[in-house]
Amino acid sequence: MRAISVAPAAPVDAAVRAIIEIDDIDFHYGPARALHDITLNIKERQVTAFIGPSGCGKSTLLRCLNRMNDLIDGARVTAGQIRIDGVNIYDPRVDAIELRKRVGMVFQKSNPFPKSIYDNITYGLRIQGEKNKGRLDEVVERSLRGAALWDEVKDRLHESALGMSGGQQQRLCIARAIAVEPEIILMDEPCSALDPIATAKVEELIHELKKQFTIVIVTHNMQQAARCSDRTAFFYLGKLIEFADTRTIFMNPANPQTEAYVSGRFG
Amino acid sequence: MSTTAAAIFNRPTPAKRAETVVFWLLRLATYFVLFCAAFIFIDIGWKGGSVVFRTQAPFLNVPFLTEAPETLNVFTLDGQPRTMGDRAFRAFKATHEAELKGVRIETYVYSAGGIFPNIVGTVLLVAGSVLIALVLGVLSAIYLSEYATDGPFIRFLRLAIINLAGVPSIVFGLFGFGLFVIALDFGVSLLAGWLTMAFMVLPIIITASEEALKAVPRGYREGSLALGATKFQAITTNVLPYALPGILTSSVLSIARVAGETAPIMFTAAFVVRDELPWQVAKWTDFFFQGVMALPYHIYVVASKIPQNEYTRDVQYGTAFVFLFTVAAIAMTAVILRQRLRKRYKW
Repeated sequence: MRAISVAPAAPVDAAVRAIIEIDDIDFHYGPARALHDITLNIKERQVTAFIGPSGCGKSTLLRCLNRMNDLIDGARVTAGQIRIDGVNIYDPRVDAIELRKRVGMVFQKSNPFPKSIYDNITYGLRIQGEKNKGRLDEVVERSLRGAALWDEVKDRLHESALGMSGGQQQRLCIARAIAVEPEIILMDEPCSALDPIATAKVEELIHELKKQFTIVIVTHNMQQAARCSDRTAFFYLGKLIEFADTRTIFMNPANPQTEAYVSGRFG
Repeated sequence: MSTTAAAIFNRPTPAKRAETVVFWLLRLATYFVLFCAAFIFIDIGWKGGSVVFRTQAPFLNVPFLTEAPETLNVFTLDGQPRTMGDRAFRAFKATHEAELKGVRIETYVYSAGGIFPNIVGTVLLVAGSVLIALVLGVLSAIYLSEYATDGPFIRFLRLAIINLAGVPSIVFGLFGFGLFVIALDFGVSLLAGWLTMAFMVLPIIITASEEALKAVPRGYREGSLALGATKFQAITTNVLPYALPGILTSSVLSIARVAGETAPIMFTAAFVVRDELPWQVAKWTDFFFQGVMALPYHIYVVASKIPQNEYTRDVQYGTAFVFLFTVAAIAMTAVILRQRLRKRYKW
């Protein structure tokens, strides 16, 4: 078994509120069933990691949480509920647009818009109609500081975001997401295209962000899950195999499949 | 060792000879196309250029570019061959009534004067129809690429659009005549011509715009939506601007098509001759309901007149030359606009 460094045990406090409750979710892409009866709770201001081999449904589940799957033809939740703050987000009365303002997302492939750094950060506020220059300036600085990017880019806010390095682009996307002040940030393999140094910076950032936000991260990199998450869910073939605090998943998994996966025997 | 050395010496094998032949065929085919294009351009450029340009200042045949077409009168007086436009001839006739008695006067329609109203008409026709087609086409393309859920109906719609591209232009002309000119009672008018030609180029614009929209990375759409944008906001702020250069490429193609077509306008918008210029209308609404003269139709008219001789030839080549130049100029405007947009929205 490989030695894996595990983050110091997070205070796994039963009293921490579950902000997202996933309750017996089934999900289909057309006729193909992608998720089977998933039930898990995500606690406020913790980092929850979804791990598992490709095609196991972890990204699908993540994209259910802000209803990004709505955009895919034929994709739908077929059973169960996802409650955020106690509200079923698939209730017809729920506005997906408002939901996405509260549940931000960072994508696998960093996707800065081909605009200036400033315009990228202010995009979310501008489409909400914010025009006050002073307020926008303030949000840009706060978000970039929040994403540990301010010192690197403060002198070129009005240059194209496409001129940044890959790691900076991904942190810009994080800054853009926190600019609209969400409560939850979903990260879909945010470091898969980054080198180890840029990855380390993003991980550090995740550590900082959890003071303020609830973070759900999908990752292929088990060390990353071990390093930066409080709780880890292991998925396989659309099923949730095991969900526990990260230390348990990596050091003492209950399920032999989990043990085989985290020790690198498959996947 | 020795066999390799022998084998790699350049010896003609059947495969190599075949390749040489094919290579020359490909090359000749390309050169033949180039030769034909060059021949057309040089012929029109040379013969038309000699009508439009002058060797002395102002180096341009100003009347040809600024006057309306007139009938050319050709006659011989006192052993001197004379050519005169209609207006000049009438003035001349008033003072030289006696001398002209018995003189044989040949007339050639539209071989004197210029082609100014035709240039204006073509520019108006092209601008209006491309504008209408762009608005309709881009809206449909947005619907098809961003909103429509793929299904039998949408597939049928796409097939219909592609088929529309295969409809001969004369059919469009008659359709426009039946619908706009007669049924909707627009008369032979700019509006009828605009709509007819807009429908004709819609398939080009829809197809190209859809491709341009599809080429915009998905990440831009998802990124916007994840920040709480509505689909429409995502499209207008983060998809359409990046697709604009591609959409304008389609408009360049449509400009060439619209400007060149004669069949769709001969029933719907074109007059053989009209004295007023398009802006000489009583009230502004009349602007849309007037027919215009147009370059391609003028070429058709002057080319189909009999007899053909050196007098008619000048106006034919001159018009063709100005026509090519006008189309190139309009297309160039779109190309420059596209270049600017590309620079502004680089991705």
